Amino acid sequence: MRVGTAKESYAADEGLFKTDTQKVWFGLLLAGLVLFPLNGSNYWMFLAVLVMINVISTTGLNILTGYTGQVSLGHAAFMAVGAYTVAFFDGRFDTPVLLNLVLAGAVAAGIGYLVGLPSLRIKGLYLAIATLAAAVILGFVFLNWTPVTGGLRGLNVPTATIAGIELATPDRLYWLVMPITVIMVLAAKNLFRSRVGRAFIAIRDRDISAEIIGISLLKYKLMSFAISSFYAGVAGGLWAYLFRVVTPESFPALASIFFLAAVIVGGAGTIVGGIFGAVFMTLIPEFLKLSATALVPWFPDASIYLAPVRNIIFGLLIIGFLIFEPMGLAEMWRRTRRYFALWPFRT
Amino acid sequence: MSPSHSAAPVRPPAARLDVENLSLQFGGVKALDGIDLHVEPGSITALIGPNGAGKTSAFNAISGFYRPKTGTVKLDGVDITQVPARDRAKLGLARTFQNIALFRGMTVLDNIKLGRHAHLTSGVFGAFLYWGKTRREEMELRAEIERDVIDFLELDHIRNVPVAILPYGLQKKVELARALAMRPRILMLDEPVAGMNREETEDMARAILDVRDEWGVTVLLVEHDMGMVMDISDHVCVLNFGRRIAAGSPTEVRNNPDVIKAYLGGSGDPRKAALDGAAMGEVA
Repeated sequence: MRVGTAKESYAADEGLFKTDTQKVWFGLLLAGLVLFPLNGSNYWMFLAVLVMINVISTTGLNILTGYTGQVSLGHAAFMAVGAYTVAFFDGRFDTPVLLNLVLAGAVAAGIGYLVGLPSLRIKGLYLAIATLAAAVILGFVFLNWTPVTGGLRGLNVPTATIAGIELATPDRLYWLVMPITVIMVLAAKNLFRSRVGRAFIAIRDRDISAEIIGISLLKYKLMSFAISSFYAGVAGGLWAYLFRVVTPESFPALASIFFLAAVIVGGAGTIVGGIFGAVFMTLIPEFLKLSATALVPWFPDASIYLAPVRNIIFGLLIIGFLIFEPMGLAEMWRRTRRYFALWPFRT
Repeated sequence: MSPSHSAAPVRPPAARLDVENLSLQFGGVKALDGIDLHVEPGSITALIGPNGAGKTSAFNAISGFYRPKTGTVKLDGVDITQVPARDRAKLGLARTFQNIALFRGMTVLDNIKLGRHAHLTSGVFGAFLYWGKTRREEMELRAEIERDVIDFLELDHIRNVPVAILPYGLQKKVELARALAMRPRILMLDEPVAGMNREETEDMARAILDVRDEWGVTVLLVEHDMGMVMDISDHVCVLNFGRRIAAGSPTEVRNNPDVIKAYLGGSGDPRKAALDGAAMGEVA
């Protein structure tokens, strides 16, 4: 049991960080994020930016699926909406970067709201298929609404420029993506300390009780869809600035599965789970690739033979996690923290 | 209505509930057939009857889950028959469920906080920032729940425990706590002591009496534990096969031949009634 956590005010007990240890760790995390670019490797900076974009998107899906219990297989399509919105506005009207990102979120949220409409009537697997259908429709729109989306060729995205500074490379883009990620993750954490977030969880856990205590199921389900899509839209917008081109192939249906897997592997219904899931799903394939390369001095053909094995190992890792820790990485994290709560004394 | 965040505990006035000629039909099955039910403000009224008599159906119709075929539900004389279930919370109608319907993934505290949902106003942008009005509202909510509900029902030792791991009796109590957080004017309890042992039952009965006395709430309950019903109720209404077969004080109902017949399947002989009255508690 955790000790030394007595509080003298409700404000302290309801705080974002409940112990000094947590505050210190969060400070260290921020310091780490600020110092990370010192590694100077373009490859690592690219990966860092990609991981953070995925963290935003996974957190968004976690709000909808992990917290509100509405399974969505269309999440990547909302990212695509965000990416196209950025490409369209920045390319056509040269609007400011931050405005584009807000627009990306807003447009995605609007479409997410519409896609959420069937959720009042259908649940579970049926809703998952409905969202998949919506994603297919969106894919059709991207492919055929050529004047806006550029059709099959897609759109090129100009370099993100803030205050005259061109964020052309990942190490510069990092300073745009990192603060946005931190802010959006903290905002999500706050959401579940308040009335709105509690209503989401209530709908997930027992919708009949939610209704009896005065929660409008339709309103909050749609709100959850909109918020989740907003996160996806912003993530998609940042993705567009990173890759600089958006085509109908950028966000395949498989990408939606990727985010769903990230939510589940990380730990559905916890903010930290969304982060872990996104980091795990993005970095493990890279890590496996690096391991294969590291073997080259001993096995010159390692990368050729290990390339197909990589996907198998990745899949096995996911299955392993589901079997041995169904609550996800967040639960392992929680256990570790509990173990060290009274360290070096055993509990 | 009193201001939401006054320093003194909020005690909304008890409500009066009138159900008239309520009928409910599922296909060819008449679940309720023209029942009348009058619940006086500040009373504890029990709705009893054998299994399948329509007690829970009546509850569901009153709380707005079922749309009745005929009849009206009036709260303080205002017809609320057409009001959707979720809007009845604000009118002061709170209920618990026979099979506990708590939010299992959340702590006791969060479950209770959810009870106040309809009375809070902060929106999604406030929630993201958790600052200003939202923060103030949350702090007041916490203080109020601690004072009025958690202290009152003695739940302080489990406030941060996830409800899923609590024993059954405590879960029932948390559900009562959540209903109380709704600041009810009428509290509907569906089998509050079902499956409880003697000690838990007495604890819950005490809590119900306290709620009525200290909060001044009208209580309407469905219960099979006749001992408890007869002990704490002011008024008892008996249903059988969707019809009301008796209503009155516990003593009147206990001696009513139709009631005895419904429960014991006996002849309804009034001479036997006096003998069986005492036995009813054991049988039912």
